[in-house]
Amino acid sequence: MTTDLDVQVWRGDSAGELQRYVVPRGDKQTVLDVVTYIQRRLDPTLSYRFACRVGMCGSCAMTVNGKPRWTCRASVERVAEAGSLELRPLRNMPVIKDLAVDMTGFFEKWQEAGGRFVPTSTRHDPIAVVPPSSPARQAADAGIECINCGICHAACDVVAWDPAYQGPAALNRAWTLQNDVRDGDHGQRLRAVASGSGCLGCHSMGNCARYCPNSLNPTGSIAGLKRLAVKAALKGEL
Amino acid sequence: MTASALQRLAMRNHPAYWAFVVHRVSGVGLALFLPLHFLVLGLMLEPRAADAFFRWTEQPLVKLAETLLVVLLAVHLAGGLRLLALEFLPWSDRQKTWIAIAFGFALFSGLLFLLAAW
Ligand code: SF4
Ligand code: SF4
Ligand code: FES
Repeated sequence: MTTDLDVQVWRGDSAGELQRYVVPRGDKQTVLDVVTYIQRRLDPTLSYRFACRVGMCGSCAMTVNGKPRWTCRASVERVAEAGSLELRPLRNMPVIKDLAVDMTGFFEKWQEAGGRFVPTSTRHDPIAVVPPSSPARQAADAGIECINCGICHAACDVVAWDPAYQGPAALNRAWTLQNDVRDGDHGQRLRAVASGSGCLGCHSMGNCARYCPNSLNPTGSIAGLKRLAVKAALKGEL
Repeated sequence: MTASALQRLAMRNHPAYWAFVVHRVSGVGLALFLPLHFLVLGLMLEPRAADAFFRWTEQPLVKLAETLLVVLLAVHLAGGLRLLALEFLPWSDRQKTWIAIAFGFALFSGLLFLLAAW
């Protein structure tokens, strides 16, 4: 643990370049610790995002040695290769500066894919009873722990090839809502996700599921949407 | 290739991505072959040309290429069935099993053809 880490960090916007820093290794050090060390001790102009530091908020994702990761939970010991780290901003989103990307487009896609809960009752109605063992509730459960980190979106090659593609995070969200019996927008949401830039664009290549830090399976959620879309199309409802 | 470009490629080094690549490459390969296939079908209208062609296909190298073609077909068929299973049967983390079954079936078909052809 006495050796130093050789860290290359992306500086600038999309036309930037890598800059080298030497950071001392520490016990239980995370990649976020490394970035923070650089910003506090070596170069205060470095821009990056974080908030919770414990894997809850989803704001700290970066590309670490080529793979998208949540940096607050990525231990240096596990992800450094030959004592070095290469840190770049997330892929598939415009770089604002250094390690911070513009996630506006990412969140707009959530809206496009109908990622908004549409209530069917008001606070004056009795609380809806959703049996935890019902298949719909279990399907929703499997996808609901998303922290909006954008890692799956950055990992997906279809997003890279087709900027209009709604992407794994938005579609996973749509799938959880399609399985929410309290939601009143199933028909319109299905039309939104079955559109040209929706679930049918997915090639099931599984990068999203591979890198989701919460081990969600957007590939599986999208497969669920495809099934719904085909069923609706067969019934002439699309 | 620079180290970081390699690292970025490594992001895709997992079974589901390889399954996607193989499916795409076999699909494109088969699409390229299709016109040749029709050309040969057209030859059948001329018995003498067809005979000459069949003699040509007896060469080991052509046989090998044919085997490859059968493997491509089998790979693409199995990959397609895998996708249908993944996307139309309820999901239960059997993704890797399906990939393994698909590749197993494709290799088996290729070997079967080899045995039959030689
Ligand atoms: S499975 Fe679909 S959404 Fe996920 S990375 Fe692949 S193409 Fe993108
Ligand atoms: S599905 Fe996973 S990787 Fe994608 S935004 Fe949500 S938590 Fe992040
Ligand atoms: S800082 Fe909140 S998830 Fe990493």
